[in-house]
Amino acid sequence: MTVQTVIEAVRDGMQEEMRRDQSVFIMGEDIGARGGVFLATEGFVDEFGEDRVIDTPLAESSIAGIALGAAMNGMRPIAEIEFADFIWPTVNQIVGEAARARYGTLGQMCVPMVLRAPQGGGVRGGLYHSQSVEAIFAHTPGLKVVTPSTPYDAKGLLKSAIRDDDPVVFLEYKRTYRLVRGEVPDEEYTVPLGVADVKLPGDDITVITYGLMVHHCIEAARTMGNEGVSVEVIDLRTIRPLDNDAILASVEKTGKVLIVHEDTKLLGVGGEVSAIIAEHAFDYLDAPIVRLAGPEIPAMPFSPTLEAAFLIDTEKVSTAIRNLARY
Amino acid sequence: MSDPMKKTPPAAGTGVTRPSDDKLIQMYRQMVLCRALDERVWMLNRQGKAAIVASAQGHEAAQIGSVQSLQVGKDHFYIYYRDLAVLISLGLTPTEIMLGFTAKAGEPLAGARQFPTHGASRTLNLVNLSNVVGTQIPQAVGSALASKMRGEDAVTIVYFGDGASSVGDCHEAMNFAAIHKLPVIFLCENNGYAISVPLSKQMAVDGIVSRADGYGIPGVVVDGTDIMAVYEATSEAAAHARDGRGPTIVEAMVERYLPHTSDDDDSLYREPEDLEEARKRDPVRILQEQLMGAGLLTGEADSIIRNEAKRVINEATDYVDAAPYPEATDFLDHVYS
Repeated sequence: MTVQTVIEAVRDGMQEEMRRDQSVFIMGEDIGARGGVFLATEGFVDEFGEDRVIDTPLAESSIAGIALGAAMNGMRPIAEIEFADFIWPTVNQIVGEAARARYGTLGQMCVPMVLRAPQGGGVRGGLYHSQSVEAIFAHTPGLKVVTPSTPYDAKGLLKSAIRDDDPVVFLEYKRTYRLVRGEVPDEEYTVPLGVADVKLPGDDITVITYGLMVHHCIEAARTMGNEGVSVEVIDLRTIRPLDNDAILASVEKTGKVLIVHEDTKLLGVGGEVSAIIAEHAFDYLDAPIVRLAGPEIPAMPFSPTLEAAFLIDTEKVSTAIRNLARY
Repeated sequence: MSDPMKKTPPAAGTGVTRPSDDKLIQMYRQMVLCRALDERVWMLNRQGKAAIVASAQGHEAAQIGSVQSLQVGKDHFYIYYRDLAVLISLGLTPTEIMLGFTAKAGEPLAGARQFPTHGASRTLNLVNLSNVVGTQIPQAVGSALASKMRGEDAVTIVYFGDGASSVGDCHEAMNFAAIHKLPVIFLCENNGYAISVPLSKQMAVDGIVSRADGYGIPGVVVDGTDIMAVYEATSEAAAHARDGRGPTIVEAMVERYLPHTSDDDDSLYREPEDLEEARKRDPVRILQEQLMGAGLLTGEADSIIRNEAKRVINEATDYVDAAPYPEATDFLDHVYS
């Protein structure tokens, strides 16, 4: 075991896959000599050369479209979008094209590509460097959407995403890049897509979350443990496909559910998770489902006080758990 | 049965890239067959049997001439909705194509999930994913990138209209392909209209080829109704690409003398005289006259070709008339691997 940061784990995951499989390559802005704005590809151009580490023009739609075409012709591209806020020009190629390629060709074409992007706030990124985009992509059948929270998961899920034969949107929480450390095995491993993880077991309340919020939820759960409330923290890890079994198993055990995400609330992941629970585990519920999510403003504001007001923190989670425990 | 074609040397040879006489006759057969198919699917549309038709009429020489200059089975073809003649030239049968127009079971490219001519064929390296204009251009560049990364000799050709040339993806794709000297041919079928919007309202110049200088790549304008001119241009572009020298823009000036699709009414935006002029540039008639002028085609041989096409199209029509629609039992399949 080695203790790593999330960004180191992301880097190692890509590096191992590029060493393992010649069809894996990466393209994006500033990923070559610069090593990526977050250094996810530091040293890559020296090891793999400019043919497999392609510095692209500032043109996100074609980054996605070219990766899609290469994927349909036998390669396994990783397309990096510098910030998730810049991902919108790719929607045409990813939601409109990549997601439908297999369906629209009766399975003749497959799209083994990964679209990676750092997302989320807490880094003073303002309206255009803080956004969460998972709900937009997760609504689309044909795509897979992954949101890791720890170094172990980031590396193992990214390796699975690269090996997957379907298009995967891989959203890394940039706030976790250097903040979150954790043990990563020295030996080869992968984490399967579509499988949630019990980050903390408990009996009284289920907290369902993903990404950066996992860490706030774990901290809050530990605090509440001291207050005598046993909290189970479920990390979804993959937003599409959702791990319904893991969600329902925990809810059937605890009967009380808090869903936490950084993204805004309306029509977000929490709404879908709530519906799954209401449809399949209504009889097990002892309290209304509670969602704690970002406020209904279009994106995260810049000033530190405003940013803090947008973001969910450990205190807000603790309060929500406390209220739910009292119900 | 003896070949109805006379094997005499062509009147005007233009050099090494000129198609052989056999190939010229083959291309004429394909053109006649495609035109017969095209006319038939319009009839099926008017009979309520084909929900939507986008016609290749006027574009056949650009499509068939380019396909025949490339290596089918090795090269990659990214096409758009008006490329019926590309499908014929690649070897799809009229029955297979007509199953698409009628959305019947057994349609080979997409299982009738898509509009006619859309979907893909792995064996033919054919991709036509989308109705969203221009999206195929970066995809084709990605295909060329993959071929180059693997050290393959394959070329990717991407077809698009003048309308698609306005889409940002077109610029992004051409620029990237130029930077990396990718083996791709950008074949613009410029018919002067993006549905109803004339070229003068799409760009301030009279075509897209002048952009080639801006990307630092070769560009050539050809008469897209002259199959030999197209064949020569795409042959040279393919040789250039296979030689590692990168992409070429080939702008084929063609005519669209039918509405954009069967759902369009071109009388709202085109004058009858304009259409009459356009019809004078019918590529089927032009090749017919070229072949007859060169002594490669007699009136009798032409009749045989046309009757054969009609027979094939009639058979295909009967087949698709009798064919069932797909059962909705597997329409949920092929979302994920």
